[in-house]
Amino acid sequence: MATVELTNIKKIYAGGVEAVRDVSLTVPNGSFTVLLGPSGCGKSTLLRMIAGLETITSGTCKIGERVVNEIEPADRDIAMVFQNYALYPHMSVYDNMAYGLRNRGMPKPEIDKRVREAAVLLAIEEYLTRKPRALSGGQRQRVAMGRAIVREPQVFLFDEPLSNLDAKLRVTMRLEIKRLHNRLNATSIFVTHDQVEAMTLADQVVVMNSGRIEQIGAPGEVYKHPASRFVASFIGSPAMNLMTGKIVEPGVVETPGGKLPFDAKRFSASGEVEVGIRPEDIHTASSGGTSFTPELVEELGATRLLHGNFGSTPIIVAIPASGTVHENKEMRLSIDAQAVQLFDKATGRSLAR
Amino acid sequence: MVEHRGLGRVVPYIILTLGVAIVAFPVYLCFVGSTHPQEITANGQMPLTPGPIFFETYYKTLFVGSSGSTREPVATMLVNSFIMACTIALGKIAISIISAFAVVYFKFPLRMAAFWLIFITLMLPVEVRIYPTYKIAADLNLLDSYAGLTIPLIASATATLFFRQFFLTIPDELVEASKLDGAGPLRFFWDTVLPLSRTNIAALFVILFIYGWNQYLWPILITTRDDMQTIVIGIKKMIVTADALTEWNVVLATAMLAMLPPVMVVVLMQRWFVKGLVETEK
Ligand SMILES: Nc1ncnc2c1ncn2[C@@H]1O[C@H](COP(=O)(O)OP(=O)(O)OP(=O)(O)O)[C@@H](O)[C@H]1O
Ligand SMILES: [Mg+2]
Repeated sequence: MATVELTNIKKIYAGGVEAVRDVSLTVPNGSFTVLLGPSGCGKSTLLRMIAGLETITSGTCKIGERVVNEIEPADRDIAMVFQNYALYPHMSVYDNMAYGLRNRGMPKPEIDKRVREAAVLLAIEEYLTRKPRALSGGQRQRVAMGRAIVREPQVFLFDEPLSNLDAKLRVTMRLEIKRLHNRLNATSIFVTHDQVEAMTLADQVVVMNSGRIEQIGAPGEVYKHPASRFVASFIGSPAMNLMTGKIVEPGVVETPGGKLPFDAKRFSASGEVEVGIRPEDIHTASSGGTSFTPELVEELGATRLLHGNFGSTPIIVAIPASGTVHENKEMRLSIDAQAVQLFDKATGRSLAR
Repeated sequence: MVEHRGLGRVVPYIILTLGVAIVAFPVYLCFVGSTHPQEITANGQMPLTPGPIFFETYYKTLFVGSSGSTREPVATMLVNSFIMACTIALGKIAISIISAFAVVYFKFPLRMAAFWLIFITLMLPVEVRIYPTYKIAADLNLLDSYAGLTIPLIASATATLFFRQFFLTIPDELVEASKLDGAGPLRFFWDTVLPLSRTNIAALFVILFIYGWNQYLWPILITTRDDMQTIVIGIKKMIVTADALTEWNVVLATAMLAMLPPVMVVVLMQRWFVKGLVETEK
């Protein structure tokens, strides 16, 4: 097990595409770090640079005490699980798992022991003699993880390992990965564009956008205190409501939805700002507060989404599905001062002190 | 499947039978001719049933040789042809799978140039470059040798293209997984690329074996000694211009024997052959 330390990592592809721009990141020993971001933001590129499958244009990558920039993938003491499993189609499940160990010249009994242990751990003992072709997607995914586990690497790398599975299996495998990590306690870096996966698995979430890191933090932190407008809108479903606002006095911001209080101790702001409020932080009120007319109501079972406007800004409100709400009938909303986020209008960075 | 009843069921069989008859009849005639004394065939009175001298003819053909222009028995020619066809097929496969591997999996300067150079040789079959090739073979003392018979025919653009296309369908992740598993390029080739190419190799072997077996122009140039000639040329040499001197039963028996090895190769490898052309193991 080891710490992974990236310092000022850059990647420019041959065609001139700048996939990763100046990323610095520390993945603590034994942590489960998730790289989260929209498609094309450079998460895979970053992971593949750690794996050694992509050269590093500039910056240093350290695994443990070793700078690995120039070290071959096989010698970096890492294991990777690919999105499409990448199992050897002509080898049995057993051989798929044993292959990497054989290439390293490990003695046969030791290989056998490790493969069988991993097979028990992943519940794939009965398939050991089968070819990958004769396995379901979930089983293949387990074999792919088995292939990584038997290596007992310092760092596990996962590139969207669950995205080829159906929704239900994805939830099961997600839990299983979590359980596995709790058990093996190996440093893991997991790439995904699915925020639920990120929130449930991570100790540390790294939100990326167009080759840069937007925020690094615990899942709750990233959700509650987004460091930028991008993080705010990317994390949470439905997305955070964003509207323009103007600070009229300390602790009060004027928005299309009226004057709202905010936590002046947390934010230092003046003038024009961008205001963010999560749909689930808006509550119904019997009187006072802000006037709101829901134009559309979506029932999601436990919650209910109300779509409407503050002035000309579209707003979504998420409330518990109790009682009744009438479309096109005015109602009152209250917004907690603690829930109001302020962002710089120009840079999109949070104005938190 | 559409289910046919009555006439609909019979018609396909009639058509198939007709097709088989058209293809098989000349072969049958050839066989019949090989079992009758030469005068009968030469007179144009070819019977439709096998004649009396099956064993004599085939024994003579295989082990004695005709008294006409070729003094070598056909067994030698069969061996020569077989060695030539196998060497050409295996040589072409070996060379082209290696060059396709290099072109697909390695980044080196002028990689695409190398690929296009190979591609261009598609337009230069041996018939086109026959004089320079002959000159080189002669200068290297390759006349009347198996090396001379096969090496100039081995370089192969078609097979290289075929393997290249196949390699491009192998997912990149497999290469990367191999890298992580500590397999260098050679290991990757032996442990992954080669096993995955098995059916393709089999298919290509069938095609190239027949290509090699049927070579005519090049062997006729490069071989002069009787004990080096191939069966395809042997047949030609047996047919003497003065019709009466041609031992037709021996000629036809040789034709039958010449057909056997390619047929065997196709029959034995048919399952793999079809697999290799239509599916990939992924
Ligand atoms: N081999 C390559 N050559 C040139 N550009 C590339 C290459 N691979 C990726 N890119 C570009 O680099 C950027 C980042 O790609 P990357 O694969 O890291 O995205 P990602 O965040 O993993 O996206 P996804 O979620 O879709 O997998 C993209 O703009 C992509 O087009
Ligand atoms: Mg990706």
